[in-house]
Amino acid sequence: MKYLSEYRDPVAAKRFVEAIRERVTRPWTLMEVCGGQTHSIVRYGLDALLPAEVELIHGPGCPVCVTPVAQIDQALEVAGREGVILCSYGDMLRVPGTRGDLRQAKAAGADVRVLYSPLDAVELAAAHPEREVVFFAVGFETTAPAHALAVLQAQARGIRNLTLIVSHVLVPPAMEAILGGEHNRVQGFLAAGHVCTVMGTEEYAPLAARYRVPIVVTGFEPLDLLQGIYLCLRQLEEGRAEVENQYARVVEPRGNRSAQDLVRRVFEVVPRRWRGVGEIPRSGLGLRAEFAAFDACARFGAVESAEPAPSECIAGEVLRGLKKPAECPAFGTRCTPTTPLGAPMVSSEGACAAYYRYRAPQGARP
Amino acid sequence: MSELGASCPLPASSERVLLAHGGGGRLSQQLFEELFLPALRSPELEARHDGALLSAGGARLAFSTDAYVVDPLIFPGGDIGSLAVHGTVNDLAMCGARPRWLSAAFVLEEGLPLSTLRRVVASMGAAAAAAGVALVTGDTKVVDRGRGHGLYLTTSGVGVVEHGAAIGPQTVRAGDAILLSGDLGRHGIAIMATREGLEFETTIESDSAPVHAPVLALLEAGLEVHCLRDLTRGGLASALVEVAQAAGLGCALDGAQIPVEEDVQGACELLGLDPLQVANEGRFVCFLPAAQAERALEVLRKHPVSAGATAIGVVSSARPGLVELDTGFGSSRLLDMLSGEQLPRIC
Repeated sequence: MKYLSEYRDPVAAKRFVEAIRERVTRPWTLMEVCGGQTHSIVRYGLDALLPAEVELIHGPGCPVCVTPVAQIDQALEVAGREGVILCSYGDMLRVPGTRGDLRQAKAAGADVRVLYSPLDAVELAAAHPEREVVFFAVGFETTAPAHALAVLQAQARGIRNLTLIVSHVLVPPAMEAILGGEHNRVQGFLAAGHVCTVMGTEEYAPLAARYRVPIVVTGFEPLDLLQGIYLCLRQLEEGRAEVENQYARVVEPRGNRSAQDLVRRVFEVVPRRWRGVGEIPRSGLGLRAEFAAFDACARFGAVESAEPAPSECIAGEVLRGLKKPAECPAFGTRCTPTTPLGAPMVSSEGACAAYYRYRAPQGARP
Repeated sequence: MSELGASCPLPASSERVLLAHGGGGRLSQQLFEELFLPALRSPELEARHDGALLSAGGARLAFSTDAYVVDPLIFPGGDIGSLAVHGTVNDLAMCGARPRWLSAAFVLEEGLPLSTLRRVVASMGAAAAAAGVALVTGDTKVVDRGRGHGLYLTTSGVGVVEHGAAIGPQTVRAGDAILLSGDLGRHGIAIMATREGLEFETTIESDSAPVHAPVLALLEAGLEVHCLRDLTRGGLASALVEVAQAAGLGCALDGAQIPVEEDVQGACELLGLDPLQVANEGRFVCFLPAAQAERALEVLRKHPVSAGATAIGVVSSARPGLVELDTGFGSSRLLDMLSGEQLPRIC
């Protein structure tokens, strides 16, 4: 466990915190993009260690949280059909659509299965040629290569009973949408380390230059985050706006070329609706025309589903970093992980779930 | 504040049983409080203990029952037979009772290989002998192929309470020490790894084992045990939250004192699980006055099943109903019950 305990060393953390304190001369607002980073920050209470001038706001980097209701409804509709096996990652089972969630569909008789890898869906389809296997493919650039590989493997093996509901999203367009938003407060980014493992760091340079924001590619352990925060603040204090790589032990500047090639072969960039945020141009991946045979929407028909009318849930503002989970009137009372009003309370990457899980105020729990 | 619109994606009130109702977390608790308890109310059920304490003819008895549906039937470190003995023995031990008699009810699926059944039953017999309990009555039913999962097993147990202590959350006091009997998470990870075909460098074995011997030793040593909980589904976190809520007190834990083996920690990191929420089948926590903690640890460490016992925290009246964990970073975080069944994360 060497590679974990080293990055969770409280003594080293203290040194970073001291260095941050010495650097900071005025207020700064940073956003960590990825939900995994948010969880580490809240879990270890890193935000509480920072000087009062530094505010961390939580970004949209939770794939479960930003999957639109329409896609959940699509999955629910397809799951309810005779002969379908619907597979996805665990968290997706609890996200509420317009009418219930996939767990409830399962209890009502649908064959819904949790998989660890999309390649298992290929095997499932091969083992059950009489069934229709549908994989609910959600995620950022991190999961896209494995989804592409599953499609290519199925194609090579002549498997015709596997389709995907593709709800892929891309991180840089979302960062740009936040920076260009009229209420933007973000002055520096901690970019999502694992996304950069696949995509590299090159696509961030134009963003950093155009919006004059430092972007520090950052890992997920407490020391990674503190170092990322330090590097970002140092740039801000020195008036620089560059792309820096804190997570160099994992992230190559050019990323993983073979993974990128897989993604490009199978997917193309499309506009995508983000739950709580709205449509962002060129922010998603969809199957290329030559892989249309693997498109579940084409095979089963797309489900029409409007984004729900606004409720007291402030997921959209939380996902754009405009509000903190605890500012929601329903937080911890009408909205809990057992009875979520919005996806950020469901997902293990969601900001609301992190706050609820690690620091719900006294009395906020049933 | 607006009223919730009809179009808000509220999860429709769950009119059916979900898997999470059996997960040992909040939904399980809700099912008990809202469905079972109102219909079946008794003083013993209201005590919300792992087993019921009964008196008859001057004897004080503990009575407990548990159903076993584990998949796979055979896993590293045990099988459904030994598990069904250990689970009920441990529930009785958590009442401070000496386990004596067990019943077993088998629901078999047509087509189950007799060799599997033979192995499970032999393992039950060995586990019962090792725990000093006798299997004294049982029943067998067979269901059509496809209507069961090979084998479901229910055991009930009766134990004798030989002391006068009131063991339960209501006895817990501010200032009590919280002792943990050993490392966490091995049963849950062993099952998950086998079920999902996950391979790690080492085979993680279940911690399934009877824990009554160290518990009885604590009582026989005259230690003032206030509360005992075995850490099954939902793990340490769920057990402590339950005790904290029932006692109306808070628990403050030192994360550095909670033992988790490296391979379990690694598997949890990969799967996105919190080892403090993962199931165990041979672990328990004990609440007792802090002044007796050292002596209690000495007693526990003499028994192989609790050789790794540590003091992990204290009870306080500061934040009633909450369990706080010192992160080692100069901050603390809350531990929560599982919200549903444990689900692996996406990325």
